[in-house]
Amino acid sequence: MLESYLPLVLLFVLATGFAVFSVSVAPLVGPRRYNRAKLDAYECGIEPSPVPVAGGGRIPVKFYLTGMLFILFDVEVVFMYPYAVAAGGLGVFGLVAVGVFLLAVTIAFVYEWRLGGLDWD
Amino acid sequence: MQNRPGPNRAGPFGILQSVGDALKLAFKEDIRPALADKWVYFLAPIVAAIPAFLAFAVIPIGGEVSIFGHTTALQLADVPAGVLVVLACASVGVYGILLGGWASGSPYPLLGALRSAAQVISYEIAMGLAIVTVVLYSGSLYTSQIVAAQAEQGWFVFLLPVPFLIYVISMVGETNRAPFDLPEAESELVGGFHTEYSSLKFAMFFLAEYVNMTTVSALATTMFLGGWHAPFGLGSVADGMFNTGWWPLLWFLLKTFAFLFLFIWLRAALPRFRYDQFMHLGWKVLVPVALLWFVLVAAIRALSSEGVTTTQFMIAFAITLVVLVAATFLIPDRRVEEETGPRLSGGNFPVPPLDLEVPERPKRRPAATQTRERAAIGAGTSALGAGAALADDEPTGGDDTEGTAADRPDAGQSGVDTRDRASSAKEDGNGTV
Repeated sequence: MLESYLPLVLLFVLATGFAVFSVSVAPLVGPRRYNRAKLDAYECGIEPSPVPVAGGGRIPVKFYLTGMLFILFDVEVVFMYPYAVAAGGLGVFGLVAVGVFLLAVTIAFVYEWRLGGLDWD
Repeated sequence: MQNRPGPNRAGPFGILQSVGDALKLAFKEDIRPALADKWVYFLAPIVAAIPAFLAFAVIPIGGEVSIFGHTTALQLADVPAGVLVVLACASVGVYGILLGGWASGSPYPLLGALRSAAQVISYEIAMGLAIVTVVLYSGSLYTSQIVAAQAEQGWFVFLLPVPFLIYVISMVGETNRAPFDLPEAESELVGGFHTEYSSLKFAMFFLAEYVNMTTVSALATTMFLGGWHAPFGLGSVADGMFNTGWWPLLWFLLKTFAFLFLFIWLRAALPRFRYDQFMHLGWKVLVPVALLWFVLVAAIRALSSEGVTTTQFMIAFAITLVVLVAATFLIPDRRVEEETGPRLSGGNFPVPPLDLEVPERPKRRPAATQTRERAAIGAGTSALGAGAALADDEPTGGDDTEGTAADRPDAGQSGVDTRDRASSAKEDGNGTV
């Protein structure tokens, strides 16, 4: 069973090797010409923002909301997969079971929609 | 797709141009901005590239072939998790983009990375739901068995047209390609998450994007277009000759290239979405429709084994749907406070007042009469001249003024014509008549 994953592991090692090699070798091959302006954050030629974004910067909260919604709904989708694989043998019982689960999720989805949680303003 | 000569110097018809571009990137300076996080900035392209390579391993690109005496299926890894591996790799690939944008220490990459993350995860839900309906029919997550199931039941694109559409839309969103290329919207975010990257690190991000494109196209082929099986009934020709040996590779490549063509086509044909439209499409259209189709397919599959006909089922389903939709309107809307009138100040930001009155245009001689006079002069001297074209607006005007215009000396004609054009162009630009 787990042997079938062996090619994936080998490919992972190969891909890692390739990526690490390319990224580490590039600075050695390419030219190096120092220029202070080149190392600034690129903001179309104007002076870069004084506050560094990484670390101290702020991020629109909308993205966190999307992230949380994703976790909820992706977990929902993941629960569908076992049902989909076994659906042939479960018949109507399986349908009712997954229906109850989906109903709960759908109520949450509709509630969130009507409250404007899905609006991107 | 362009109506101009492209790069055509490298190799025949310039087909080696992309190879040249990739090689060139290796010999470019590798820049790390002063504010960048050293290690994360280094790791991000690697994190983006690895899952892109991994995902393709589970795609069956052909049936059984014999290579140097070994008989093997043309598939690197036929694992029990199957299509889930592709989904997992797509999710991990986002980390590369997100970390790369964050580590650059620069506003544009950060915004691009955030957009990319939100976009990919939003569309992954719709994509997952589309794939679940396929699994309902195939009864297995093995990609090879999904292909085998389509050989028996017919291509799933005919059984599941709507999930197929949802999958195609979300695969474009998932790979950040036009018209959903908001993370690298060059008119808003310069280059998006890879603004600060150069050299082979930049190449890794692009490599990952293009490999991902190929992977999702190959997955679409595998799940909806019958995988490596021959299209158009060719499979039944000559005892299934076209489904054995190396033929499947050809069919698989043809179908995958069709999807890749679609990617390029979309990029050339469609303008970019606005971000709110994009999220609206993902969450409020694709997810509900995909969910509905999942329920529909699951119910039909389960009830048909109990002897319920499809017609009976459809009626019951329609009634349930109407009741459910009606019920959703009982939930109160969020209250929206409406703004009245123009906003007079921008809070703490220096915004000019928006209620200024636009001064009236100063009076002057109407431009239209000037043009008409000159047009008449031009039209009289030569029927082929530009004046005739200008006089098209009033076909009778040319005849009336012919006599007077003929008296003018020919030497001045060209000068008059150019002034005519200039004044009429100005008239168009001002929008005054």
